[in-house]
Amino acid sequence: MSIIEGTSENFDSEVIRSDKPVLVDFNATWCPPCRALEPLLEEMSESDEYKIISVDVDAEPALSASYGVSSIPCLIAFKNGEEVDRRIGLQPRKRIEKMLGVK
Amino acid sequence: MYDVIIIGGGPAGLTAAIYARRANLKTLVLEATACGGQIIITPDIENYPAAMHISGLDFASRLESQARELGADINFEEVTDINDRGVEKDVITDSNTYATKSIIIATGTKPRKLGLEGESHLVGHGVSYCATCDGSFYRGRVVAVTGGGNTALDDALFLSNIAEKVYLIHRRDSFRGDAETVEKLKAQPNVELVLNSNVTKLNYDKTLNSIEVTDNDGNKSELEVAALFIAIGRTPATDAFANKITLREGYIDGEYCHTNIPGIFVAGDCRYKEVRQLVTATSDGAVAVHEVVKLLNKS
Repeated sequence: MSIIEGTSENFDSEVIRSDKPVLVDFNATWCPPCRALEPLLEEMSESDEYKIISVDVDAEPALSASYGVSSIPCLIAFKNGEEVDRRIGLQPRKRIEKMLGVK
Repeated sequence: MYDVIIIGGGPAGLTAAIYARRANLKTLVLEATACGGQIIITPDIENYPAAMHISGLDFASRLESQARELGADINFEEVTDINDRGVEKDVITDSNTYATKSIIIATGTKPRKLGLEGESHLVGHGVSYCATCDGSFYRGRVVAVTGGGNTALDDALFLSNIAEKVYLIHRRDSFRGDAETVEKLKAQPNVELVLNSNVTKLNYDKTLNSIEVTDNDGNKSELEVAALFIAIGRTPATDAFANKITLREGYIDGEYCHTNIPGIFVAGDCRYKEVRQLVTATSDGAVAVHEVVKLLNKS
């Protein structure tokens, strides 16, 4: 697995109807902490317990606005199509996995 | 068993890793989130010798590659505690315990909070500590910045090109930051300086609606803003060590990067010192490893 690019077209199939927990990372190319978080998320995307989706807020303004994103990086955990947790800024791997409910 | 474990993957920690590997020490860097630390949000580094212009993110990424290429292990784990067993020490993370002969603490600093009710809850809903990350969400809106140093001034200038109006709220009547930036700010017609004043309350329902500002005479006023950018300085990220390592005003007190515990050293912005710059952070990294090598050669 690797990080999947999230768009308004695939959000339903990749996130809402996913049978695995999903971490959606709302980010932008000009946001330094977002870029800095990439290596960790790349490493985490090797896991088969959950999926990592990256949404570019510039490319997907409507999708970002529908989730009320106004600070990035914004990490939102989804389980069974529902938002279960969200955090702003750089987070340690263990905390992200806790958001997703996996060890 | 590691020769040295470095806690924190910013400029001090990664420079320590470079020096440690060149001294042939078995080296592990433990970084909670992302290498680089505070420098990653600097758009252009202009004061690092010979680097001329480089973004903080590129600087951090080059430093990380250099440390890895020289053979340092870098793991993304959050350190929760350290345990001094004398000659050997343990570093406890959120997922492992590592044994080592020495430790360098290079955990840097984190943004200082105002300490107002609702502040943490509003992060992502109108309160931000990173103008370059979140400014563009407030295009054409009215926003406020609080602080008086270079970060606050740079934030206000950056936001003045995006927002309809920017209030800059500072508790004194003059700024600590660069005079040149203050002049640029004064030339911006949409920046209003609110001096001798503090932000004293956040008014919100789901998101921030307005802030209460109190001047030094006690007069209160309310400013309607969509966002408040907080840039009131930084505090040392030393909480995990506070019960074992001697602190001075929250920083780790250590001449020559020593701490009160033999074999545990400190480097970078979390060390008590006068000048906190990129160049003094990298310098600390080298000094700390020099002291580690002296210690290991003795045993």
